[in-house]
Amino acid sequence: MDLAFTKEEQAFREEVRTFFRDNVPPDTRRKLVEGRHLSKDEMVTWWRILNKKGWGVSHWPKQYGGTGWTSVQHYIFNEELQSYPAPQPLAFGVSMVGPVIYTFGNEEQKKKYLPRIANVDDWWCQGFSEPGSGSDLASLKTKAERKGDKWIINGQKTWTTLAQHADMIFCLCRTDANAKKQMGISFIVFPMKSKGVTVRPIQTIDGGHEVNEVFFDDVEVPIENLIGEENKGWDYAKFLLGNERTGIARVGVSKERLRRIRDLAGKVEAGGKPIIQDSAFRDKLAACEIELKALELTQLRVVADEGKHGKGKPNPASSVLKIKGSEIQQTTTELLMEVIGPFAAPYDVHGDDGSNEAMDWTAQIAPSYFNNRKVSIYGGSNEIQRNIIAKAVLGL
Amino acid sequence: MDFDLNEEQRLLKESIDGLLTDSYDFESRKKYMKEKGGWSRSVWGKLAEQGLLGLPFSEADGGFGGGGVETMIVMEALGKALVLEPYLATVVIGGGFLRHAGSDAQKAAHVPGIIDGSKTLAFAQVEKNSRYDLFDVSTTAKKKGGGWIIDGEKFVVLNGENAETLIVTARTGGGRRDKTGIGVFLVPANAKGVTKKSYPTQDGLHAADITFTGVEVGADAPIGNPDDALALIERVVDEARVALCAEAVGLMDESLKTTVEYIKTRKQFGVAIGSFQSLQHRASDMFVAAEQARSMSMFATMAGDFEDAKERSNAIAAAKVQIGKSLKFVGQQAIQLHGGIGMTMEAKIGHYFKRLTMIENTFGDTDYHQRRVADAGGLI
Repeated sequence: MDLAFTKEEQAFREEVRTFFRDNVPPDTRRKLVEGRHLSKDEMVTWWRILNKKGWGVSHWPKQYGGTGWTSVQHYIFNEELQSYPAPQPLAFGVSMVGPVIYTFGNEEQKKKYLPRIANVDDWWCQGFSEPGSGSDLASLKTKAERKGDKWIINGQKTWTTLAQHADMIFCLCRTDANAKKQMGISFIVFPMKSKGVTVRPIQTIDGGHEVNEVFFDDVEVPIENLIGEENKGWDYAKFLLGNERTGIARVGVSKERLRRIRDLAGKVEAGGKPIIQDSAFRDKLAACEIELKALELTQLRVVADEGKHGKGKPNPASSVLKIKGSEIQQTTTELLMEVIGPFAAPYDVHGDDGSNEAMDWTAQIAPSYFNNRKVSIYGGSNEIQRNIIAKAVLGL
Repeated sequence: MDFDLNEEQRLLKESIDGLLTDSYDFESRKKYMKEKGGWSRSVWGKLAEQGLLGLPFSEADGGFGGGGVETMIVMEALGKALVLEPYLATVVIGGGFLRHAGSDAQKAAHVPGIIDGSKTLAFAQVEKNSRYDLFDVSTTAKKKGGGWIIDGEKFVVLNGENAETLIVTARTGGGRRDKTGIGVFLVPANAKGVTKKSYPTQDGLHAADITFTGVEVGADAPIGNPDDALALIERVVDEARVALCAEAVGLMDESLKTTVEYIKTRKQFGVAIGSFQSLQHRASDMFVAAEQARSMSMFATMAGDFEDAKERSNAIAAAKVQIGKSLKFVGQQAIQLHGGIGMTMEAKIGHYFKRLTMIENTFGDTDYHQRRVADAGGLI
């Protein structure tokens, strides 16, 4: 048992850190630190810098442009990326549809989609949730009917993150209405520009525009846009959701935020002295840091286990990472609210592209607090994670 | 970075788990409790036979040169089996003082007896008003001739009822809360002027309040520098905290396992109560708490080797916070999910809860250590 990183791993961390310092556009970093939304251009610009370096799809197999890093290197990369902070790669392309395509897609699909995902030539969005199908995803109703050499798609998706930017969507569609609910679902991809696709924004409680409703009205999709086998989509969806494990705890994000809290708490006054000198506040901050340290170690245990025993089946420990990771992220936003006190109130107006430039840094703290309520809801709510632990770990 | 045990460590784990499976079920434990002093000399002898009492001592001192990970393995196993024997007091703490600062003569006098199981030790540190501050010492040690005279009162001395030798913190100079002028003294438990009030503790162990009245000890009594031993005390107590963290992890593992088995078999409304989601979620939260505790126990174990004493202390304090929070949740919920039966002395779960609870209040509770981390500037 040994907690230390090897010399090579430490050198790798230095290399990654230096690259971020030299290449992340300063404005992009500042906006992330302040909890602002980025514009599409800002994100894509950064992702292309990353891809040019060869790190855009780091965890993919080498033959599709991956790096061949060890589990520990991936961990270090993620941590440095999150805590610098720099925008994380677009999960919908890089972590979700990409791995599904290189694992289950045919050669033509791999050739057509993978390089464009890596360079974000196509911005992908995820067509999973529906108004009636949230945690019970397999009850989804969006229908794809086969007509000659086309799928005809009808239905509605929701919570579609950044669909307003998207070129492509990967969609779970019901292709066999008579099968048991998990058995009749297929994984189909198509352009968002297709006739019959309508995107309608949903404004979230922070005032931002991150998510959308997407409607399909007789959308015609070529038959070859099915990924893998017909009616096997549920397996691919499970594969996709279990794929992203080590980033899920977002330890780096919380670390960065805690550093910011310490920094601000040394400046903002309460009772005539910096609030960091208030012992009740300091205790709360320490409590959060300790929780985060425990989570970091739990995550490292999962990483080390993967490195040694291969990824294999989804590790139920990832449910622990999701639950604690989201709780800690939420706590950090609460602490920020506490630091700024009355200055939490002023409201900031968001631009059409979801970005927000106006006003000063304090204006983003309340929205960030409101926005972060999502982290215990999305990606399988924390209650669903508890179901997974009860079933898969405890055998209940 | 590696969280796996090596081959030797795996064998160690198998051997102690095997020994305790054979000799330490809940019924046997009840019998051991009724033996003289409240624990089993025969089990202690078996631990000695397997070399576990000599584990952390160097080979030169007749031990096996085990490190923090080895102690973690043993303490986890002892926790899992709810062991009564004084491993912490004798091997971890007593042994710790001797290993880190004992003279050759002191080691020769005490270590062989620890290793062969013929002697146990106790650490007399807590005072009426000291609470968890290790430097808050009113007991005095005054020079007399070549030796020392010790006067003062110590409380809740674990294994104080049974130990042959006491390790006593005492002030050789300065005021009550000064950080210098503190020494550590070896005192035979049968020395003239030592009086004990012994009692069982809430978790079934045994302790004593001990009064020292003009107790004369020789020039060879101090371990380390008699005027400046706080760093030594902090180091050994840090190791004890790490050991307690591991013990708590073992206790939590077993509490969770017992609770999950119980809710799978206990039927109400015609079904196993473990089929109810509210109970499933509670059990899942217990699992999360226990895993976070395990992570921090490992962290603390590895921090034991940190060169920088401040960094070491801070990491171990953080671990004690996490363990304290986790053990409270796991312990309380284990009782809740057992329902009425969890309230009885007859069921084993309550005894796990009690030991867990006492661990929180040993060598600093959650608030105490959280404040230490906060005052040290945090953990990021």
